[in-house]
Amino acid sequence: MSVIAILLLPLVAAALVCLPFKKVWASGVTVTSSLAVLVLTARIAWMVSLDKTVVSGLKAGVLKWISVDGLSALILLLIAFIGAAAAIFSVGYMAHGNYKPKKLRLYYANYNLFIFSMLAIPVFSEPTLVWIVVELTTLASALLVSFENTREALEAAWKYVVLSLMGAGFALLGFLLLFAAMQASGSKEAYTWSGLVNAAHSMPPVLLQMAFLLILIGLGTKVGLVPMHTWLPDAHSQAPSPVCALLSGIETSVILYVILRLFPVMRASPNSHAGTWAIVLGLISVGAAAFLLMQVSDYKRMFAFSTIEHMGIILTAVGLGASAANYGAVWQIVSHCVTKSFCFFAAGAVLLSAGTREISAVRGLIRRSPAAGAALVFGALGITGAPPLAVFLSEFSILKAGLAQKHYIATGLLAVFIVIAFFGIMMQVNRMAFGVRENDSDAAVPDDHSGYSGHSTPGNRFHLPFSCSLALILTAVPVLVLGLYIPPPLQGLLSQAAAVLTMK
Amino acid sequence: MTAFGIVAMRQARGCLNLFIVQSLLLAASAALLGLRYQSVDLYGVALVNVISKPVVVPWLLRRTSPAEIYTRREVDQALNIPTALLIALALAILAYFLGLPLLKAVAPEFRGPNVPIGIAGLLLGAFTLTVRREAVPLLIGLLAMENGAFLCGIAVSRNLPLLIELAIATDGLIIVFIMGVLTRTVQKQIGTTAVGELAALKEAPVRSAQKEETK
Repeated sequence: MSVIAILLLPLVAAALVCLPFKKVWASGVTVTSSLAVLVLTARIAWMVSLDKTVVSGLKAGVLKWISVDGLSALILLLIAFIGAAAAIFSVGYMAHGNYKPKKLRLYYANYNLFIFSMLAIPVFSEPTLVWIVVELTTLASALLVSFENTREALEAAWKYVVLSLMGAGFALLGFLLLFAAMQASGSKEAYTWSGLVNAAHSMPPVLLQMAFLLILIGLGTKVGLVPMHTWLPDAHSQAPSPVCALLSGIETSVILYVILRLFPVMRASPNSHAGTWAIVLGLISVGAAAFLLMQVSDYKRMFAFSTIEHMGIILTAVGLGASAANYGAVWQIVSHCVTKSFCFFAAGAVLLSAGTREISAVRGLIRRSPAAGAALVFGALGITGAPPLAVFLSEFSILKAGLAQKHYIATGLLAVFIVIAFFGIMMQVNRMAFGVRENDSDAAVPDDHSGYSGHSTPGNRFHLPFSCSLALILTAVPVLVLGLYIPPPLQGLLSQAAAVLTMK
Repeated sequence: MTAFGIVAMRQARGCLNLFIVQSLLLAASAALLGLRYQSVDLYGVALVNVISKPVVVPWLLRRTSPAEIYTRREVDQALNIPTALLIALALAILAYFLGLPLLKAVAPEFRGPNVPIGIAGLLLGAFTLTVRREAVPLLIGLLAMENGAFLCGIAVSRNLPLLIELAIATDGLIIVFIMGVLTRTVQKQIGTTAVGELAALKEAPVRSAQKEETK
C-alpha cells in the first residue's frame, strides 16, 4: 500500500500547489510531500533490505505491475532523497529570482509531476509501462528546463525534447520486440522484468539482440551516452539549479536503471554480446566526456559533462559483469547521485552569489562567498573521486573488480580517463575559488568586483539563503560519510541490488 | 497496402494531412490483422488509433500552436527534395534488410510485409527529424516514428494488453500538447518557429553576451 502512497503524494502535491495561495504555500506543500515520500521510501527500503521480499501492490489494472526489489528500492530511495533535498534548495533559490506567483506555482506543479514520473519508473515492473513513464519524465522536465524562457533555455529544452523523444521511438520498438521475443519463447509468465529473465534462455537471440540494441540506443540518448549526448550539457546547464540537480544527479541514473534491468535478461540468453556493447559505449562516453570537460566555459556545463563521464563509468562496470563489478556499479550510482546533486546545489549557490555562469568571470569566490566557494571545492573534490569521499571508494571498487577479471585494457583506459577528468575539473574549480581576476587593472572601474553582474551589491560578502545551505549540508553528509562508513542496512540493500543485476 | 504505406511515409514529411492518412493506414492494418487472427485487442488498437491520431492530434496542434504557422508553410529543408527522397529510399531498403532476420525469428503466421515497413517508418521519421527546421514538421516526424514502431510492434506480436495501447496513445497526445506549448513559447520569445536557427549553445570557447539566469 505504501508504494501507492508514494506515487500518489507527488500527484496530490502537484494539484495542491496550483491553488492560488501565498508564495509560501506552493513551496511548503512541495517540501512536505517530498519529505513524506522520503520517509515512506526509507521504510520500504528498510523492509526490502531486511527480508528480501518484494513489496507488491493490488491485483487490479495498472497496479498489479507494482513490485519493488533490491535494485528498485535503492533507486527509489535515491530519488526520494534527492527530490527532498532539491525541494528544500528550491525554496531559497526560487525566492531569489523574483518570479510572478503564477510562474512559481507552475514551477512547483511541474516539479512534483517530474518527481512522480521518476518515482514511477522503478516501481513498475512492466517494461512498456516503464517506457511510458520514461516519456513522462521527458515531458515534465522539458517544461522545467525551459522555465527561464530565455532564448538559450528554450533552445536547450527543444533539443532535449526532440532528441529524447526520438530515442524513445527507438526504445518503443525495442520494447515491443522484447514482447514479441517473450511470446516466441512460449513462456506463460507475465511480461515483467523477472518474467523476462526466466524466459530469456528460450527467446530467439536475433529478436533479443535487436531489442537490446534499440533500447540501449534509445534510452542511451536520454542517459547521455556519448554519440547521443549533445542535448545533455545544454539542458543541464540552462535549467534552474535545483532542476539540474534532479536531472543530472538522479534522472540519468534512473533511465540507466531501465537499461541495467536488461542485463540479467541478456546474460541468460546464449552468446549475447551485451557486456561488450556496454563496455565500448561506456568507455567512449567516459573518454569523450573527460576531454570535453577541459574546454568548457560554463561551470554548470562542466558538471554536466562529468555526469556523462559517470554514466559511462557505471555502464562500463556493469559491462564487466562479475558480481564485484555489479556491486561497484550500484555503489557508483549511489555515490554519483548524492555527489552530483551536491555539485549542482553548489553551482546554484555560486550562481546566486556571482550572477554568472562563465568560468572565466568567477574568480576568488572563496573570499566573496566562503560558503559557496567551499561548497564548490568540496563538490568538485567529491565528484572527481578524491580519496576520503564516496565516489573514490566506488570508483576504486570498480577498478579493482575490473583488474580481478583481467579486463586490463578496459580498466586501464577507465583509470586514465578518470584521472584526466580529475585534473580537468580541479583546474577550473581551483581558478574559480582561489584565482585572482586577470583583468583587474581594466582601468575603467578600479573595484575588484566590478566584473560581477550579480544582483548582490558588489564588494560585499554574499550570504546564501538558509534553505540553500540546509540542502547543501543535507547532501554533503552522505558524500562524506559514505566514503568512510556504510551503514549495515544500506550495505544489505546494495548487495541485494547487485544480486538482482548478477542473477542466477 | 505495402506500397501505399511506403508512399505515404515518404511524403509524410512536412504535412499534417499525410500524417493523418498514415495513421488511418496503420489503423486499417491493425483492423485487418485483427480480422485475420480474430483478435479483439487488435480491433481495440485500430479503434484507439482512429480516434486519437487523425482526430485529436490535429485538433490539439491547432489549439496549442498559433494558426499562423499553418498559413505560411515554406518548405525549408537542410537538403533539397530529390536528395532527401533518394536518402529516404535508401533507408527504406536498409529497413527491409534489417527486417529480414527478424522475420525469420518470429512465428510463421506473423510473417508479412509489415515489419520492414514499420522499421522504414521509424527510420524515415528519424530522418525527417534530422533534416527539418520547422517546429511542426519536426513534431509530425516524431509521431510518424512512433507510428512506424507501432506498426512493426503489432506485426510481430499479438495480445499486447489494451491498457498499454491506450496509455501509449495518451502519451502521444501529451507529447503533442507539450511540444505545442514549447513551440508557442519559442515563437513568442523569438518570433519564429524555425527551430533550426536555435544554435547558440555550443562548446565555443568564448560565448557572446551570456544572459544571466536570475533576473
